[in-house]
Amino acid sequence: MLLVLARRLGNVIPTLLAVVALVFLLFSVLPGSFISGMNEDGRSQIDPAVMERMRKEMGLDDPLIERFVKYVAHTAMGDLGTSFRTREPVTKLIGVRVWPSLKLVLAAMTFAISVGVTLGFLAALRPGSLIDTISMVGAISGLSLSQFWFGLMLMYLFALQLQWLPSFGYGDGGLRYLILPAVALGVGPMALLARTTRAAVLDILNADFIRTARSKGMSERRVVEWHVLRNALVLVITIVGLQFGSLMGQAVVVEKLFAWPGVGSLMVDSVFQRDMPAVQGCILMIVLFFLLINTLVDIAYVVIDPRIRYG
Amino acid sequence: MKWGSNTWVGGSLVVLALGVAIFAPWIALTDPVMDANLMNAELPPSWQFPFGTDAQGRDIYSRILYGARISLTVGIVSQVCNSLIGVTLGLTAGYWGGWWDDVVSGITNLMLAIPSLVFALAIMAILGPGLMSLVIALGLTSWSYSCRIARAQVLSLKSQGYVQAARILGYGDLRIMFTQVLPNILGPLIVIATLGMGGAILAEAALSFLGLGIRPPFPSWGSMLSEARDQIRAAPWLSVFPGLAIFFTVLGLNLLGDGLRDILDPQSTTRRA
Repeated sequence: MLLVLARRLGNVIPTLLAVVALVFLLFSVLPGSFISGMNEDGRSQIDPAVMERMRKEMGLDDPLIERFVKYVAHTAMGDLGTSFRTREPVTKLIGVRVWPSLKLVLAAMTFAISVGVTLGFLAALRPGSLIDTISMVGAISGLSLSQFWFGLMLMYLFALQLQWLPSFGYGDGGLRYLILPAVALGVGPMALLARTTRAAVLDILNADFIRTARSKGMSERRVVEWHVLRNALVLVITIVGLQFGSLMGQAVVVEKLFAWPGVGSLMVDSVFQRDMPAVQGCILMIVLFFLLINTLVDIAYVVIDPRIRYG
Repeated sequence: MKWGSNTWVGGSLVVLALGVAIFAPWIALTDPVMDANLMNAELPPSWQFPFGTDAQGRDIYSRILYGARISLTVGIVSQVCNSLIGVTLGLTAGYWGGWWDDVVSGITNLMLAIPSLVFALAIMAILGPGLMSLVIALGLTSWSYSCRIARAQVLSLKSQGYVQAARILGYGDLRIMFTQVLPNILGPLIVIATLGMGGAILAEAALSFLGLGIRPPFPSWGSMLSEARDQIRAAPWLSVFPGLAIFFTVLGLNLLGDGLRDILDPQSTTRRA
């Protein structure tokens, strides 16, 4: 088990390094910078002498390779630079945002798994039935929804019209504030999970070992609980792991819609303020989180399915 | 070839969206940007304005028709870019193997590690808002699926007799890849591209909603929603109709993609993830 963990973490580090390099290149090789941008968007005209000083201060004139080495070295030590705007360390800015983001993403995934897997299961056990039709129409619709629009509609219905829930904000961080954003964010993965669970369960029900289990007199309930559930779980976990990526992408938009104080809304705000160190930090944070989740997924495989071994 | 009901419903929705985009100037009631009239501001849906009007008194129905042009342009062009990149990299990596394969696999894994919407957001942050930046940002960030599929398919086709025969006849590598291998793997790639187009339309809407894509006053479905958000209490129809337009267009593409998969790729394991 420890070996698996070590191996997987060993795979994370090169990817993370590559992402660091890519992010650095994107933001420094392409034309334009924080300062020229400030000039171009016409909000403020900057004196060329001041511009020169700012460039020097922020180290924008150093040779590229020198800046890169410095950037990697600092990042490796957990220093993501200083925010251009607030002059605070980026790690501090992001630090307070991690927990709300994590809470939102985990709540959305919990919603997606509990509803999606249940629907997929029920649909597969009774193919062609009413519940099958309803869940599959619901699933394809859920995949086609734009999550922020769905969030907007939820906000209108449950917060403004019915006044059951607060319309936006983090509030005291309680469940009431979490429900609407989590449902809006979770609807996409929920739909996908319903579809894949249904397909996986149908496949498994046709497998030889199910026929064997039935023919040896195992009760239907036990067949489903013991064989089907366990085998479907492997696929479900794969989808969950892959979905975390797009979930965290979508979270950026949903956080912005609900004024949720997470990493995503920090990223969007920083983009508008051209605060590039903060933008870079947010991207790295999101990628790191995604890679860690997938490491956990790989470990979960080994726990659930003893046939899977990383040799 | 059996065309399921999915394909028909999806295909019809997509044809409808395309028709609306192409014929927008003829079926729109007013000009989407210029015809502002504060006398008509924020009217609910009526016979004169089927989807109501916005805060500047512009007809939402006409704006949605024009918005179809932007959404579909972004969807189609960015998906063509993604397919070209993905197929070229996947074909060459699978066919040549060796160090090139390692490089391509490395880049693909890197792309999979960054959520594509976050990546697109970063590119938009650098390039600034606009149609061109949208196409670039979305066209460069989600080719990893077509690349993986193309590579896997080439690996299994490489040793087939007709590919070997082409090699013995002296065909060059690129000629073999594009004339012998590519036509045989087109099915799954078309499915991926159709589903990806829906994803690109959703991403365009999200970026425009954040204010990084198409900027007001130009009517993109996402930018309309971004304006509508603040008035959700007073004028909910501003939010409802652009969202429905996105929903039905993407639903059409998803149904069409599903239907095409059943036709072109019956043994598919390439479920969307």
